[in-house]
Amino acid sequence: MSDRRKHWRDSRLSPRVVVNAALLVVLALVPVYAALTGDSFAMTLFARVLIMAIAALSLNLIMGFGGMVSFGHAAYLGIGGYAVGILAKEGIGSGFVQWPVAVAASALYALVVGALSLRTRGVYFIMITLAFAQMVYYVASGLDRYGGDDGLTIYHRSQFGDFGLNNATLFYYLCFGLLLASIYLVWRIVNSRFGLVIRGARLNERRMRAIGFPTFRYKLVCFVIAGAMCGLAGALLANHTNFISPAMMHWTRSGDLIVMAVLGGMHAMFGPLIGAMTFLLLEQGLSHVTGYPDLILGPLLLIVAIYVNGGIDGLMGGARRG
Amino acid sequence: MLYFIEQFLNGIQLGMLLFLLAAGLTLIFGIMDLVNLAHGSLYMLGAYFAASFAAWTDSFVLGAILAIAATLVVGMALEVIAIRRLYGRNHLDHVLGTFGLLLFFDELVRLIWGPAGMTLSLPNEMLSAVQILPGLFYPAYRLVIIAVTLAVALLLYVLVMRTRLGMLIRAGASNREMVGALGVNIKLLYTLVFGLGAALAGFAGLMQAPILTVQIGMGENILIPAFVVVVIGGIGSIRGAFVAALLVGVIDTIGRAFLPDLLHDYLSESAAATLAPALSSMLIYLLMALVLVVRPEGLFPAAGK
Repeated sequence: MSDRRKHWRDSRLSPRVVVNAALLVVLALVPVYAALTGDSFAMTLFARVLIMAIAALSLNLIMGFGGMVSFGHAAYLGIGGYAVGILAKEGIGSGFVQWPVAVAASALYALVVGALSLRTRGVYFIMITLAFAQMVYYVASGLDRYGGDDGLTIYHRSQFGDFGLNNATLFYYLCFGLLLASIYLVWRIVNSRFGLVIRGARLNERRMRAIGFPTFRYKLVCFVIAGAMCGLAGALLANHTNFISPAMMHWTRSGDLIVMAVLGGMHAMFGPLIGAMTFLLLEQGLSHVTGYPDLILGPLLLIVAIYVNGGIDGLMGGARRG
Repeated sequence: MLYFIEQFLNGIQLGMLLFLLAAGLTLIFGIMDLVNLAHGSLYMLGAYFAASFAAWTDSFVLGAILAIAATLVVGMALEVIAIRRLYGRNHLDHVLGTFGLLLFFDELVRLIWGPAGMTLSLPNEMLSAVQILPGLFYPAYRLVIIAVTLAVALLLYVLVMRTRLGMLIRAGASNREMVGALGVNIKLLYTLVFGLGAALAGFAGLMQAPILTVQIGMGENILIPAFVVVVIGGIGSIRGAFVAALLVGVIDTIGRAFLPDLLHDYLSESAAATLAPALSSMLIYLLMALVLVVRPEGLFPAAGK
């Protein structure tokens, strides 16, 4: 690497910083654009981007930084969503109840799944997290009272005292704020002593144990934090679509989340956001143009997997090592 | 009792189909160390090919043979064009790349055959039911599935354990570089193994096609149980896949058939009605979690890995 490029990378205005900052500005201005043009669909689409970005970010915390490849992350979206949906159906519309329940239920599930799965390694970990997610999927399908396979419509969004989430702009900025808070939280975690242990365990777990860290406990805590964060995304998603169904936990949805995280760049703080945005916008844009979006999207993912190291973030040069 | 035997046979039949899928999956997994999420797509392609070729040739058997040949070719082409470049990468790249392939194939099928499903009808002689025990009639076609897949399993065993090609495959699994250094065309070998796995998946798809409808997404639904079989059996072990496939097939089928009644004895009507379908669908995943907790490498860990 030439000195000039090295300087470029180290300077505060590297391409990465510019791109990330531009991204946030664009996201912040989406409601303004929607208000000016009357294009409410843009805001719906981008709210979805924000929510899926939170989910992908939480996955990236354990997968990108912790090396724990969870193939069942959509289960948390479902648990968070069902917490909101079930409580709403039972007449408890307050978000002050619904959201903590969504987060706590996801955290509890993550604790159980993590405690069992973290004993396995590599592919077996991928498969066992997938197995647990499948179980949750079938439990949701069996909940006849809450729609079973067909899912459940949520007639009233979460109510926070006098504040409702029916105002689309308000809801959008809530998602945006929570995404920023999540990014900040993940950044703080990754750069803390706790995060160093997690990253160390990804690179060489045996060595971390040898110098005295109970890595299992550290990884389990990290796993639970990620689960809770994704449960929150699930609560948002249920409010966004006003609908929950087992389909939101289908294993291909977990695949989508992995794709978003890897596509954006796993070792980068903004990677999951970039990945979620690219994936969802491409899907939307391509289906607008061709009617067969996956015919192009699929091979594109393959090409990224084969040729691009470090996802889209890696394209911005100087791929960082987590 | 007759009902139990009937369900047991259904379980064996499901198990045999899962074995066809899992055998290819476990070979590709064990030898090339590749997580292939697109394996279910080849299963789907096998079914679509068979439906089209059978309609074209007016013969189920001829259509089936052509479909197997076609999935073999598609599989080998897929390996040469794409899969080959994913060897030696980490599993996440495999997931990303083969997930992309899965999306691509679903969409391709929708483009070629349209969004509506297809049906593959059986020749008349296979439509009848055979009396296998006094009072127990069983569909002839399901017996055909069991017999044919057993034969294929046996053939596969002979191929891998008793032939020179099989020896090379096993050698390639334990040390790729060494086999290459001895002058074996390892690239071609891998292409053949992938093609074989694809053909087995296609075969499973076309055998299942007359029982279920041929539709987009059929691959995604069967892929995960097939992975469960691979993991329970031990990655890379064909013998393990065979045992695990039968286990999974029988447990799943028997669970679905008997769990509702069993739960009725202990729970209220509504609780049982809610719990039974969910629990019977969960059984194989519970089994897998249990196996992994007790034997983290599966029932028959492949030696030397």
